[in-house]
Amino acid sequence: MPGYLYARMAAMDQSVISPVLCSHCGEECITSGIQSDGKSFCCEGCKLVYGIINQSGLCTYYDLNKMPGITQRVKVRKDKFAFLGDESIAARLISFRDENQTHVIFYLPQMHCSSCLYLLENLRRLNESVLSSSVNFTRKEVTVIFLHNEATLRKIAELLTAIGYEPYISLNDLSEKRPSLDKSLLYQLGIAGFCFGNIMMLSFPEYLGVDTSDEGLRSIFRWANLLLSLPVFFYSALPFYRSSWKSLKHRFLNIDAPIALAIIITFVRSVTEVLSGTGGGYFDSMSGIVFFMLVGRVLQDKTYRQLSFERDYRSYFPIAVSVVKEEKETPTLLPEVKVNDTLLIHHEELIPADGILTRGKAFIDYSFVTGESLPVRRDIGEMVYAGGKQTGGNIEVLVVKEVTQSYLTGLWNRNDRHEEKGQSFVHRVSKYFTIAVFAIALVTAVYWQMHDPAKIWPAVTAIFIIACPCALLLSNSFTNGHILRILGLNRFYLRKAGIIEDISRVTHLVFDKTGTLTDPEKQNMTYEGMPLSDVQQSQVAALASCSNHPLSRAIAKYWGVPGGIAVQDFKEKPGEGTEGYINDIHVSIGAQTSDFHLSQKTGTVVYISIQRETVGCFRFSNYYRPFVPALLKTLRKYYPLSVISGDNASEAENLRQLAGKKSVLLFNQQPDQKLDYIKQLQQKGERVMMIGDGLNDAGALQQSDTGIAVSGQVNNFTPASDGIIGAENLGFLGRFIRLCRINRKIVIGSFVISIIYNIIGLYFAVQGTLSPLIAAILMPSSSLSIVLLTFGASNIAAAGMKLKR
Amino acid sequence: MSVMIILLIASISVAGLFLIAFLWSVKSGQFEDDYSPSSRILFDNETPSKKQ
Repeated sequence: MPGYLYARMAAMDQSVISPVLCSHCGEECITSGIQSDGKSFCCEGCKLVYGIINQSGLCTYYDLNKMPGITQRVKVRKDKFAFLGDESIAARLISFRDENQTHVIFYLPQMHCSSCLYLLENLRRLNESVLSSSVNFTRKEVTVIFLHNEATLRKIAELLTAIGYEPYISLNDLSEKRPSLDKSLLYQLGIAGFCFGNIMMLSFPEYLGVDTSDEGLRSIFRWANLLLSLPVFFYSALPFYRSSWKSLKHRFLNIDAPIALAIIITFVRSVTEVLSGTGGGYFDSMSGIVFFMLVGRVLQDKTYRQLSFERDYRSYFPIAVSVVKEEKETPTLLPEVKVNDTLLIHHEELIPADGILTRGKAFIDYSFVTGESLPVRRDIGEMVYAGGKQTGGNIEVLVVKEVTQSYLTGLWNRNDRHEEKGQSFVHRVSKYFTIAVFAIALVTAVYWQMHDPAKIWPAVTAIFIIACPCALLLSNSFTNGHILRILGLNRFYLRKAGIIEDISRVTHLVFDKTGTLTDPEKQNMTYEGMPLSDVQQSQVAALASCSNHPLSRAIAKYWGVPGGIAVQDFKEKPGEGTEGYINDIHVSIGAQTSDFHLSQKTGTVVYISIQRETVGCFRFSNYYRPFVPALLKTLRKYYPLSVISGDNASEAENLRQLAGKKSVLLFNQQPDQKLDYIKQLQQKGERVMMIGDGLNDAGALQQSDTGIAVSGQVNNFTPASDGIIGAENLGFLGRFIRLCRINRKIVIGSFVISIIYNIIGLYFAVQGTLSPLIAAILMPSSSLSIVLLTFGASNIAAAGMKLKR
Repeated sequence: MSVMIILLIASISVAGLFLIAFLWSVKSGQFEDDYSPSSRILFDNETPSKKQ
């Protein structure tokens, strides 16, 4: 049996054994050498964290959830938090401080389960100077109170980093504090509910017909109702007045305008009735409307607090950088960096300003900015642009443009976000509705003027009371709220309810390639060259497993690393490759040229050398997410598709097959070219949905009618967008769009029903015989039936598409 | 009839108490984080002295 065939069979045997998972983070252990207390770990970092937790007796961490840890493969630079030692920087982050204590809030994006909660709230057992720590899980924040005589802010940040929760401190923390959640809607809802319930109770005697002998009691009930309706009218209904006032100022009628009008007319008529002693008024209907509307609004305004849809570059940039002055590193706040400063950029750090490289070898990963998947090499004297990430040793950059003036930030500031994305369908309908109501009121007034002028006032006011479009608004806000909830359960989060309608009207879909259609974490790989023996394969894999480079790890996993192979004299040159000795045999992975990522038409190539002789190479190509072919096949039936990529055209053929013959494929697109392409489509009258990730798509996402950001971890960092979709759920995009279109049908359906109710009400109203009892039955029953209808219909639709409900 | 007035005042003030309780719970942020309190209650109260 030839050697290579045997080797291949051995490799197949290995793959049958189920992989050993790291006890800390649950990732596959490539080597079996890292163990402690009989537990296996994927890397030294995870083992170290386990050691710290075990030592403090906090192993409940591992009992609450299976393998809850955060992988420690990428080590955090030792001095990363040195800038926190600087008083002026620390002062911006600290929320409270007295003689002994300091309170500080850190944002920890890694927080994900009850184990995290347990560990983070027991920080005081890891470090005695911590007095207490409390977690706000929704915001992913931890508030730490510590004695600043015993520990510094930097120590606390490093403590969190040591247990795997590296605080995320960005330039955004410098701007004013995040606005606290607006609670007024909840207050208004509570008060409206209270008043509505009590007014209902006090109205019963009137409906049931109190003895005329109890005249005194009746007027007490009426006055109590009047008092209870005051907070509803003057406080709870405020959102409707505000929104209708705003729309009137812009000279257009939105749906809140007729509602505000109905509330005011109902209140005025009811007050005059009570004052003149002619009746009990419609206080229960009025407060009922306000209450139900507020419920709908609270549902619809449900925001995903843990997500941010409004990120700009400030959330990505570090808060401080090291400025080199007279051979000394001083941490400096980013806004204070000036032109002609020299910045020291470490491995894996973002370049915050455009500048000229003055020292070191730059290997800059611009994937964030341009979408190119391969790092580019820059030599001393060349320009480097903000947003790139250095992936080699340290470099020094001479700043030539201020942070706020760089190419990247310019991209953000230049685009003028069009807020008016066209008026919503509901608002357009409500305009006709209002006109119709006014017309009916006018006709009624004229009719009664001729027949019985005394009836003008009751008939006309009754029309406005009963014909309020609250059922229209209710159906809209309840359906939207429910659809938002269903989409959210399926990890598709929309910024606000209006986006549902925008999605339903989209006519053209534009996809980004890198990171959206392809999975940036994975690659397709093929080995070419001399067949290697079993032993040689494991030697190469053993060397590869020592490196943290994603390509090296892919190689290690491809061939599998048996335990017990020691690598001596291991060297890793960032951006070039790794080498080392195994049993005195020299092995290296990388390239003969100094260029590790030799870019060719076929993609990335990594060369393998044994005893300094090249034996073969690995070719890496884009790995499409598994659902992409099915997704594009479905979508291209209904929408024209475009794929725009910042990457080179090596994938053109593959993509052509996936996206269909009619699709537009564009490569080597700069961020502003992407934006321009969207603009061109819009000028042709298309309504564009852009699906992308990363900063390179930020401009296009904002320009498009609906910008959807794809995120591997939804809680992580995505550019400003209208919606965020979990990468693994991108395959459901077709269904999501369908659900949004069905949303519209449900709203129209419930419109029809509410109009039937309105006609019944108007029948009584125009005759001037609308009694408070009929109003009190008609209003809640129409609201309830519409709520039931919208919930039922959207649930059936979601079930039909096999979405989570 | 005055008994009706007393009942009325009593019932509205009881309802008012619940309204105040609701407003207080909103103000104190009970609706802001609905995950941690429910998990926190499940953690055992281990004292730091247990550490050897």
